[in-house]
Amino acid sequence: MDELKNKVRELLGSGTVKVFIGYTTGTAGTKRALFAEKPEDAEGLVFDSSCIQNLAVYVTKQEVKEKGMMGISATLPVMRSLVQLARENQVSDSGIKVIGITPESRLIDFGNLSEVEKYIHQFQLEIDQKNRDMLEKLDKMTVSERWQFWLKELEPCFKCYACRAACPMCYCHRCTVEYNQPQWIPVPSHASGNLQWHIMRAVHLVGRCIDCDACANACPLAIPFNLLNKRMIEDARKHFGGYQPVLSGDHLMSTFKPDDKENFIR
Amino acid sequence: MRENIYLPYQMKIERVTYEAPGVKTFMLKFINEEDREKFEFKAGQFGEYSVYGVGESTFCIASSPTRKGYIECTFRQTGRVTNALSNCEEGSIIGFRGPYGNVFPIEEWKGKNLLFIAGGIALPPMRCVIWNCLDLRENFRDVTIIYGARSVKDLVYKHELKDWELRKDVKLITTVDPGGESPDWRGEIGFVPTIVEKTAPSAKDTIAIVCGPPVMIKFTFPVLAKLGFSDDNIYTTLENRMKCGFGKCGRCNVGKVYVCKDGPVFTLAQLKDLPDEY
Amino acid sequence: MNIEKRFIRKDSLKKLFDALVAKNKVVYAPVTRNGKTSFRIVNDFSLISGDYIQTTQSSKEVTFPRTEKILDFEKNKDGIGVKPVDIQPVHESVIWGIRPCDAVGKGELGAIFNWDSKDEIFNARVAKTTLISFSCSRADEYCFCTSVGGNPGNTEGSDILLTLAGEGGDYLAEIITEKGGAVMAAAPELFEKDPGIEKDKYLASLPARFSHTEIRNKLDKFFESEEWARQSLRCIGCGACAYVCPTCACFDIQDESHGKSGSRVRCWDSCGFSLFTLHTSGHNPREVQSQRWRQRIMHKFSYMPERLSVYGCTGCGRCSRGCPVDMNLLEHLISIQEVTV
Repeated sequence: MDELKNKVRELLGSGTVKVFIGYTTGTAGTKRALFAEKPEDAEGLVFDSSCIQNLAVYVTKQEVKEKGMMGISATLPVMRSLVQLARENQVSDSGIKVIGITPESRLIDFGNLSEVEKYIHQFQLEIDQKNRDMLEKLDKMTVSERWQFWLKELEPCFKCYACRAACPMCYCHRCTVEYNQPQWIPVPSHASGNLQWHIMRAVHLVGRCIDCDACANACPLAIPFNLLNKRMIEDARKHFGGYQPVLSGDHLMSTFKPDDKENFIR
Repeated sequence: MRENIYLPYQMKIERVTYEAPGVKTFMLKFINEEDREKFEFKAGQFGEYSVYGVGESTFCIASSPTRKGYIECTFRQTGRVTNALSNCEEGSIIGFRGPYGNVFPIEEWKGKNLLFIAGGIALPPMRCVIWNCLDLRENFRDVTIIYGARSVKDLVYKHELKDWELRKDVKLITTVDPGGESPDWRGEIGFVPTIVEKTAPSAKDTIAIVCGPPVMIKFTFPVLAKLGFSDDNIYTTLENRMKCGFGKCGRCNVGKVYVCKDGPVFTLAQLKDLPDEY
Repeated sequence: MNIEKRFIRKDSLKKLFDALVAKNKVVYAPVTRNGKTSFRIVNDFSLISGDYIQTTQSSKEVTFPRTEKILDFEKNKDGIGVKPVDIQPVHESVIWGIRPCDAVGKGELGAIFNWDSKDEIFNARVAKTTLISFSCSRADEYCFCTSVGGNPGNTEGSDILLTLAGEGGDYLAEIITEKGGAVMAAAPELFEKDPGIEKDKYLASLPARFSHTEIRNKLDKFFESEEWARQSLRCIGCGACAYVCPTCACFDIQDESHGKSGSRVRCWDSCGFSLFTLHTSGHNPREVQSQRWRQRIMHKFSYMPERLSVYGCTGCGRCSRGCPVDMNLLEHLISIQEVTV
């Protein structure tokens, strides 16, 4: 990825960017984030198909933002996250410079976030076959079977909140679980409380989750709670006129229409 | 030593006193007679007070250890548990775990002058040690109390302030922030650090005990230094986020110190040794 | 008690496991699910994973559950009835297949729960738990037990330590404590005479990567270093490292109620969470992640050795393996050792 290194050296050297967020090699060949601040730091940059962490999670982190203008190497999921974050006023052109990496590993020097938005429209957001099969399997269960499935899957969850911490959309300074007046979601880890947490998080992400799997990849226990998010994406498509996260323009959960018949309420 | 260290004593709220807007004092009696007989504590210690179903909250024990059979606590309605406590009435049952923490070394202060400086809601931790010393009055030389609050209605323990004012063996100076006075206010007007400087108590053979909101403490320490107080002769009690009270949950760990075990009473010298994480 | 050496044949291992289950002991053993190996209650020997260097989570859940009831309460016409949890009826448990680094963690956890006041709920569980550990013949780049005073064949904290002695599948068994002796006494025919196995031959070779005494001394002067901010920039502030760690014991106390009744529980917490030290007034002494990251290291490598005379780390490497962003503790400690103050 010499082209990327050169690009980043140039951006840092000229002072256009004060901190560039990219990938580097970590322990045992895994990939992790690199924060390049001096041109020579760019030497550590790498890119390959194992670079799957969603780096957009760092653009709302105070300690990174306060370094000044940010740069970021963005794969498709990262681009989608950035566009959604921009829509939610969490990032703007005055704060970030995006260097896109296409699925063919070509670099795109984006001039601004609108260009990123235009680019991502070329790609539909499709849930992969394996997960679609799993969703179908869950759909075929009775309500009671599905409930038991989720209680069993989520019982081992110890509420480390790595899922929340790794998600670029979970940028709330104070998460719903961190309020105790009232205590919306129980603090201790047990099956029903864990289910409450994951359901609540999935609902807070409806229309915003771009299916990057950062959450499930971050989970130390490999619990597949991202199926809940994928189900939400499917439901949004089915019930909201083919809605696609970040591609469909509006904010799904804040589109109230007075002529909504609300006939789902019985 | 109770077998289950998390188990509270059951306490009945004997009396509720309204002190100031949002501030109440509870007088608590042990429901179990054996607990009442056996319970002992020393000035400076705190406890975990709980409303069952809501949670626990940390306050000092505001009554003096010389008075047996009951304890008192004073708190301000700030969060989940204090709001729930505030809704409790006389006769309600709450939980109390304690006593935890270290103590004011009153024995070491015998024969000296005592200077108590407190601000606002921080008078409660001081009240315990003030009454403890006044109950042993003959052991100390001059006793001066400087207490201030934002306004007249924010002064707590108004009855006790009257008692202390009337005593001939105590010099009490009360103050309110500029603008906080009422038409018939006869005390001082000014921030506590300013009044301390104006009073200019002598540092010779004097122990200073200071407790107040962080901003008051920040400006009071330099005044005391200017008056000649050494860091070893200035005591304070630290507020911190605490949960278990016995050094296991990790919340109050600051540097090599656990505020719930090595504190909450510290000298200024000890405080200066701690990292700035409290 | 002197360590007794015995020999367990490959076939006897399953028999030993079955004997423990038959005696109604709750046996926790490593089971692999979704690619992650964790301790689960197992009745069937064939479900136990053999091919792992280290489990994802520690086994501290057995003695320090993530949610532990402290008391029950019920609002009635006389006020509130409070019932402390019954400390005694705890099941006899066996943790099968933990590593020496985890067994050491038992001591460190014990130090936290017993310094000054004794947590009898915890102690009751420890008293009824037997540790059957397996030495390490392999280590990976995350392991560093030898840097914190441990080693792949360490007997400290275990009741029985089994060392796989070569390709044949037989084991050297070291009976370390009375609990271990009780296990042997329950199935003595499985514990044969030691034919003189040289244990060290079968242990992983793991050179120390840093000096923990040097780190401890250095940390005293390291508080204000900029290294903390640099190391923690990619940390996303979750609790994964604390929760998989065998010695992290920070906890919260929460009340859970349903109508008129409920319970008070002790549950896991982490100093890495932003709200851990938040005062109700809004003041937060550790506002930024670098302060919290610093607290983790200082607490484990400086404060705990000072106050509790034990290390806060066993070198198991789980925190680094489980971290979503590769905050590799070994790497960070070596970096601290190398930085000039």
